[in-house]
Amino acid sequence: MLMKNNLLAIEDINKEEVRYLLKGAKKLAQAKSVPLFLNGKTVANLFFENSTRTRSSFEIATRKLGGSVLNFTATTSSVQKGESLIDTARNIEAMQPSCIVVRHASAGSPKVLADAVNIPVVNAGDGFHEHPTQALLDVFTIEEKLGSVLKKKILIIGDIAHSRVARSDIHLLKKLGAQVSVCGPPTLLPPEPESLGVSYSYRLEDFLNMADVIVALRIQLERQNKMQIPTLNEYAKFWGINAERAKLIKKGAIILHPGPINRGVELQSEVADGPLSVILDQVANGVLVRMSALAALCMPKEYEEWVKYG
Amino acid sequence: MIERFIIRGGKIIDPAQDIDFTGDVLVEDGKIKALEKPGKIPVSRGLKIIDAKKFWVLPGLIDVHVHLREPGFEYKETIETGTKAAVAGGFTSIACMANTLPVNDSPSITAYIREKARQSASCRVFPVGALSKGLKGEELAEIGGMIGEGAKAISDDGIPVMNSYLMRKGLDYAKAFGVAIIDHAEDSSLVGQGVMNESIFSTELGLRGNPQASEEIMVARDIALCRLTKSRLHIAHISTAVALEHLKRAKDEGLLVTAEVSPHHLTLTEEEIRNYDTNFKVAPPLRSKKDVLTLRKALAHGYIDIIASDHAPHSVNEKALEFDQAANGIIGLQTTVPLTLGLVREKILPLKRWIESLTIAPAKLLGIEYGTLKKGSQADITIIDPNEQWTFSEALNRSKSKNSPFFGRTFRGKVKMTIMGGRIVFEDGIVN
Repeated sequence: MLMKNNLLAIEDINKEEVRYLLKGAKKLAQAKSVPLFLNGKTVANLFFENSTRTRSSFEIATRKLGGSVLNFTATTSSVQKGESLIDTARNIEAMQPSCIVVRHASAGSPKVLADAVNIPVVNAGDGFHEHPTQALLDVFTIEEKLGSVLKKKILIIGDIAHSRVARSDIHLLKKLGAQVSVCGPPTLLPPEPESLGVSYSYRLEDFLNMADVIVALRIQLERQNKMQIPTLNEYAKFWGINAERAKLIKKGAIILHPGPINRGVELQSEVADGPLSVILDQVANGVLVRMSALAALCMPKEYEEWVKYG
Repeated sequence: MIERFIIRGGKIIDPAQDIDFTGDVLVEDGKIKALEKPGKIPVSRGLKIIDAKKFWVLPGLIDVHVHLREPGFEYKETIETGTKAAVAGGFTSIACMANTLPVNDSPSITAYIREKARQSASCRVFPVGALSKGLKGEELAEIGGMIGEGAKAISDDGIPVMNSYLMRKGLDYAKAFGVAIIDHAEDSSLVGQGVMNESIFSTELGLRGNPQASEEIMVARDIALCRLTKSRLHIAHISTAVALEHLKRAKDEGLLVTAEVSPHHLTLTEEEIRNYDTNFKVAPPLRSKKDVLTLRKALAHGYIDIIASDHAPHSVNEKALEFDQAANGIIGLQTTVPLTLGLVREKILPLKRWIESLTIAPAKLLGIEYGTLKKGSQADITIIDPNEQWTFSEALNRSKSKNSPFFGRTFRGKVKMTIMGGRIVFEDGIVN
């Protein structure tokens, strides 16, 4: 069971809560028929930032649990008319959904929103801060492929400084006993990366041969400005995984990517589509962990019962 | 065929090894084979002997700040003519700045310069890659790619990087490749249209002043960014006493900052401009007497690490103009040694410090293996007669350009021979 009525950040939840959500997701994957925990309920997707795949994933998760979806996107909403985040949230709440899923470009806004409403809030990504369901699906995928994350060596490559995926992944993997290292151009690493409890290098070759799991982050063209990376070509040359570098990767290792891939930048096609890639498994597992999170927040007692005994 | 020769009887000085003694250097197959007391090296028949009695035998000199102008400005200088001037001035390695046309801001231009140097250069040429694309100060250039093609430092030299965010990111990014950012430290918005040091002299001459604060601000800013990024910063042609205070404090703090000074900033003052001779027009401008004295002291103490010529050739058409219209720059490759050797003779600069600032200190900045006479290293050697009197003239000038204020000046101390990789590339007035 979750201690709080929200899922805002991996940093806020403990190991037992993580285990509970992952156990539920696994059970949902194996169940012959999934109970319709969200039957008659509505999940409001409040997306202040463009996202097709995360929103679709939440939408499918909701529908698989029998719920209906209210999609509220910033581009078509009253936000453009100057309504504040809190006013928008209260208006949505007045329509009586069971839960709000929020994505926002400003770090911390899911917390502001959660404080303003009395229904559960799920963070679907806030600025550079956190993306908890992404971290959950990453761990779910790693455990599915490698059994456990305990003591596994995880290498996260790319824009660590401006990535909510990196932060949530680092928090979650460390919580579960993995050894995390990060690599990327110095312009894209946070100041003093070691303070996050990770080792770091600017040279991919320093870690590539030791990693059990490689997470290649998307180079955010939309956020990127050209004062941080000269060109995508140079990024690919030093920090992309091509067929040549893939030879350094140890046997049995897997490659994750939160998507969407810039082919030829973070991963060359032969790597993205190659045997080490588990990228499409991540997408499939994303629906499961989101179902687990929504059920745990909207029907806490019933879901806990089912996870335990069902 | 193994080529061997011996340089006999010279005063061998190599600060990198803390060596200073009279003896012989044996060169074999392009490398330093032995350094010995006189007579210790057996002289077999056919062994070529270079007599260096009364001469100084030094590691080949290194200049980290040269404008070779190729590609794009071949009318000012080419890699061929510039490196001829370099070896005539005693230099065996030089770093060339990126403000060419096209700008050296991509791996292919760096490769082009290296290839051109391989074909036509008399000395080793190490390109400096641009920090920003087109020196526009807007986007990072492909620093990693240029390093991969042989660039040894990164700089927008000639144009200050006014955007602090870009400078910060450049310093950060360069850490991945271990190279220093060379800083042309002038706040160009404060320089404005200034053409000489701002002082009573600029007022009297009626020329617009460039205040010392323009350098002080930039040096202070970039030291702050050096502290923030823990990256390597090198301040080019430092010229003011207050900027030196910033530098000293940064060094005492342990920051990865180094600095160079040009021979003209060590030996000339703003007062030279009184005849509106554009050969004295440089950026940063010639400063006050007090600045010159402070720079000398800082160089002697090692706060300034390096002497660099800032060889900046311009055609007559760009210099024979009204003072405020003329281009900035002085050619300096052939006058760096005699000008700064004068400071050694006047006991302003210790001999060892002088050589260090022209050999191992610049080698360290560029991360190159030269600048020492260590056994087994490449035989890059400069032989100097510290006493010979000579007069610099257009006839002796090897640069394609003539923008020197030193023609007609009589010096004491002359480069007698320059050897690169065991090959004599300059000998007594002749570039081989």
